[in-house]
Amino acid sequence: MKVAYWPGCVSRGFTPELHGAMELVAPKVGLELAELDRANCCGAGVIAEHNQELADTLNARTFAMAQAQDGAELMMNICSTCQGAQSECQERLDASSEYREMINDTLAAENLRYEKGVTNKNFLWVLVEDIGLDKLGSLVKRRLDGLRIAPFYGCYIIRPTDRLGYHAHPERDTYLEQVIEVIGAESVAYTGSHKCCGFPVITMNKKTSLTQAGRHLGDAIDAGADALVTPCPLCHLNLDLQQPEAQKFVNRDLGIPVLHFPQLIGLALGLEPKELGMGKHVVSTKQVAAKVTALAATA
Amino acid sequence: MPNYTLNIRRYSPESGEPAHWEKFEVEMEGHRPVLDAILYARNKVDGSIGIRCSCQAAICGSCGVRINGNPALACNTLLRDAVATAEDGITIDIEPMGNMPVIKDLIVDMDAVHWKKVQRVVPWLIPAGEPPEREYVVPHEAMVDVTQTMACIHCGVCVSDCLSMEADPDFVGPAASAKAYRFVGDPRDAATKDRLVHLAEDPSGIYDCTHCFKCVEVCPKGVAPMNQIMRLRRRATGDFQIKDRNNGYRHEKAFVNIIEKWGTLHEAKLLPDSYGEGLLGKLNPEAQKNLIGSAPTAIRGVLSGKVAPIKVLHHHKLPDQKKVKDIYEKIHGRDERIELNLYIVGEDADALEESAAVAVTEEGTS
Repeated sequence: MKVAYWPGCVSRGFTPELHGAMELVAPKVGLELAELDRANCCGAGVIAEHNQELADTLNARTFAMAQAQDGAELMMNICSTCQGAQSECQERLDASSEYREMINDTLAAENLRYEKGVTNKNFLWVLVEDIGLDKLGSLVKRRLDGLRIAPFYGCYIIRPTDRLGYHAHPERDTYLEQVIEVIGAESVAYTGSHKCCGFPVITMNKKTSLTQAGRHLGDAIDAGADALVTPCPLCHLNLDLQQPEAQKFVNRDLGIPVLHFPQLIGLALGLEPKELGMGKHVVSTKQVAAKVTALAATA
Repeated sequence: MPNYTLNIRRYSPESGEPAHWEKFEVEMEGHRPVLDAILYARNKVDGSIGIRCSCQAAICGSCGVRINGNPALACNTLLRDAVATAEDGITIDIEPMGNMPVIKDLIVDMDAVHWKKVQRVVPWLIPAGEPPEREYVVPHEAMVDVTQTMACIHCGVCVSDCLSMEADPDFVGPAASAKAYRFVGDPRDAATKDRLVHLAEDPSGIYDCTHCFKCVEVCPKGVAPMNQIMRLRRRATGDFQIKDRNNGYRHEKAFVNIIEKWGTLHEAKLLPDSYGEGLLGKLNPEAQKNLIGSAPTAIRGVLSGKVAPIKVLHHHKLPDQKKVKDIYEKIHGRDERIELNLYIVGEDADALEESAAVAVTEEGTS
């Protein structure tokens, strides 16, 4: 299946291991990635906060580029924040033809045009809805038996439900748990899985931000998780890059690795921790990597 | 008639006993609200169950509780819907709202949290001078603009699960912020700038909202408090250029400018620019403190190999960045910001027709 692929900014910036892992995983699950390398930042909600029309126009530009990709069945992202920010703009663009025409008038300078109704999905949704859990199960080369994984969704992919297609796909807020079980690992329940990582206020109120991250990490550790997994690179920044700082705000030692969603899938598909960029995390992934490699030896 | 199991969290401070769960069996039609079932249990089984309620029609805002972990009004949540979200498919968990102290069972102290926060935003009109002899004449559009915030019934459901408030109990919060916009958006009010300065300068004000959409999701009246917070920020930065001490103004400006210049996010520039504008700004003591404070994180990023030093210094522009710049120029050049509020304008007739068509097809195929 060919998809118009929007990797986002952070997956090529401060979490390059995410984009790298996705490129390795894609062919293994039958995805052909047509990268939108001329597309712009989704605005992460900040540009919409500044000027709605600007955010809507910038994302309509990306949607138009995705629609112009020959043979692409849909647009795919690998970032919960891109998903949420883009879905917000799409909701307005699709609701009013008059508004859409005004935006398209701006895009006409680039010979681009957004037609209502683009399908834009995070890789998590594509994997479950378009590729399917049965197919994924059949592709597993290394069942992650004994690995205890705590899911962390990121707000933008779970709320608000009416904007994010939960009417048609009511189980989207359980996909991580479902995938974790299908690849043989154990999904760990803890209070923070559907809460906020705190990243959006890291520059405005570090205490509010890292207290949130720290509590969720602590809860996952207390629930016995070996690692967290997230489909959002911005959550990853607060949960992994900032984890040593977060310790100070919750007055406890943390030290739990945080995997990107495609990395976890890659491990189950037989890819090695190193090629999936697991060496490029702030919190060491060595123990998880060792557990996984040991599994391979016994398989 | 179906039978429902209510699992109610009981707590009575004067009893000296810890909080505990208690089950009640209720026979009732599924289209009846959860509140009816709670009242039935209180009237027929145990008169000591504490629940606050009045209108039973989602207008008074008294009966906010958590149902299966999600905050909602007990009077407009149907039993059949509640049981559909029950973890075991049978038992409906009912507990008091969060972020507020419990007075008894399902009754929380709204005064201690919610109403205190509402008072913080001065929830009344501050007119410019003496009131006019006759009524104020206000343009229709201006009142329509604040309609959404006026729909708030102060039930506290958004306060209950506000994720920033969980981490910072001082956060002004979603309901009070929506109330603030009620007056910031009102043309009769003369204190617009003062209100915005207070909300922006407060370390637990509008820039403490973590943008998690929780309040948007749970509000039973469609107020979308977080959207109102974003509108407050837009007015504070765009209309009044309030350079707050929380870096809210600078963060927005830095982000917007970076995308105008490069097209994608240059993360290594975002942080320093959010702390201080230009070289001089970065030299001010507060910016220095923030920059030094974030140095260990930056160093860890480089040491882990995830942040290549070259990336800090150099960021690629998009191949046709000029086009992105043109979009910026055109939109910034408009006389006024264009804002499409779907709560007010609703969807197009054609959009509605299409969704109706989808509903028909779904029914036809099911």
